[in-house]
Amino acid sequence: MADRRYGFETLSLHAGQIPDAATGARAVPLYQTTSFVFDSAEHAASLFNLQTFGNVYTRLSNPTTAVFEERMAALENGRAALATASGQAAEMTAILTLCQAGDHIVSSSTLYGGTHTLLAVNLAKLGIETTFVDPAEPENFARAVRPNSKLFYAETLGNPLINIIDIQAIADIAHAHHVPLMIDNTVPSPYLCRPFEWGADIVVHSATKYIGGHGTSMGGAIIESGRFPWGDDAVREKFAGMHEPSRGYHGVRFFETFGDFAYTMRARMEILRTFGATLAPFNAWMLIQGMETLPLRMDRHCANALAVAKALQDDPRVAWVNYPGLPGDRYHALAQRYLPRGASGLLNFGIRPGASGNARAAGEKFIEAASFMSHLANIGDAKTLIIHPASTTHRQMSDAEQLQAGVTPDMIRMSVGLETLDDILWDIDQALAAAQQL
Amino acid sequence: MIDDIPGLRRILRGHKVIAVVGLSADWFRPSYFAAKYMQQHGYRIIPVNPRYSGQGDNTILGQRCYASLRDVPEPVDMVDVFRRSEDVLPIAQEAVAIGAKVLWQQLGVHNPQAVQVAEAAGLACVVDRCVKIEHARLFGGLGWVGVNTRVISAKRPL
Repeated sequence: MADRRYGFETLSLHAGQIPDAATGARAVPLYQTTSFVFDSAEHAASLFNLQTFGNVYTRLSNPTTAVFEERMAALENGRAALATASGQAAEMTAILTLCQAGDHIVSSSTLYGGTHTLLAVNLAKLGIETTFVDPAEPENFARAVRPNSKLFYAETLGNPLINIIDIQAIADIAHAHHVPLMIDNTVPSPYLCRPFEWGADIVVHSATKYIGGHGTSMGGAIIESGRFPWGDDAVREKFAGMHEPSRGYHGVRFFETFGDFAYTMRARMEILRTFGATLAPFNAWMLIQGMETLPLRMDRHCANALAVAKALQDDPRVAWVNYPGLPGDRYHALAQRYLPRGASGLLNFGIRPGASGNARAAGEKFIEAASFMSHLANIGDAKTLIIHPASTTHRQMSDAEQLQAGVTPDMIRMSVGLETLDDILWDIDQALAAAQQL
Repeated sequence: MIDDIPGLRRILRGHKVIAVVGLSADWFRPSYFAAKYMQQHGYRIIPVNPRYSGQGDNTILGQRCYASLRDVPEPVDMVDVFRRSEDVLPIAQEAVAIGAKVLWQQLGVHNPQAVQVAEAAGLACVVDRCVKIEHARLFGGLGWVGVNTRVISAKRPL
């Protein structure tokens, strides 16, 4: 008989953890330890050779972190996952597993500012070049491909433009060129969208956001689908490092040895092990507490955000609203396809200035006038968050780069939280009123 | 064919003598990884590979290597096959002849005819799975490297 395929809510609570073998503890134990003893010299040798599974040192793996990893893999319906210290660390680790000096990446231009900087500045310094393309036209990815291209990169729901990409179309182009598609799925979380179901090959997350949901703990994750054909001839040529004896890990041939989770093992043993951006077990434990309620929270984030978007749309003090859940939004059709359960909690709007005519000043005043909506540089908290991207998250970009990423001076970004909806609407109303009086 | 968690658990719990056909003596080959792992987890490994039988000290992983299953002088519970799919049928016939209870074709190996022959003789069959990965998935270990084991349970592992 076929094994039961459990639902998302069940996986959010159970995946990756069965009661502790030693104690019977039902909750996930926190293994706050750096190291693990070997049973014998032979056991140690087998662990180092990856001939047996086990824990050596928390920089590589830890039983608490492993629960977080397996649960992320289960929620994304992937084969395996690797935890990292942050979302940025997830991107860096995920990319360095496949790219080296002389390689090329084709990326969507509509990215979180930190990701843009990673690709445009930090990885460029290491000799990995990125071409940024407008993802609204998936063919732009094909036009930018070069013989040394190793990766396509995009965000499911672009931050801060709140645009939705056509994952399936971009995945098809990636595969025609024998490269994997890596998707940052932070904003929808796997509850609203699972990119593997549309052909993506690798998913990265900032777990700091909705996965944790409490705004207490940094964390990131890399998940692989297990379906990218590393063994096909044309792919094999491009990614010799998946097949040749590893210089970074004493001769292991990752694909031959680990098959459909070879990429995750390589990321762990070649990159995480040496670059060291490991998730702390305590943070893994905190993120696990959040994951248990992810489906409940996402439903409410979506409902509150849609109600807020509708109210803003009807407000004469607001020039425009971007929320893909709104009928009439430029990305509504893609939202219905890729995010049928809701379009997550992020929205943008442009504030219409009062007599002053200064939209930028009106935006700053709105943020200052908010009562409980928090002015900070995060998204996906249980609390409602607001920010002015042009002067904060995207300030490292030039004006032209800001516009390419969709950041205008009048833009307010909201991450709609779980407070009483009427209270959120009230706080927006009184802050808009204050902004008009400039 | 056995493909569900209870079925795979039953096979791995009840069959402790494994003849590994196509076992390599090179430490970095998957067959060596898998056999060494199983040996460390309490299984008796019997190497079967004409390439090494009669060569050097005639052993892999400290065990005498045989040229074929028919040469193995003791009862075999499971025949674990690290060979190309098209080469499995005669191995299945030998597995039947020596009275093995399980024919396990490794990851990437699946010969439907071999399954037919083995099942007709009452052998349980597993295809396209790694014995080491399944053991670590169902009895612990694989989850430590972040693999989605799909094991959901409120019982302590035994």
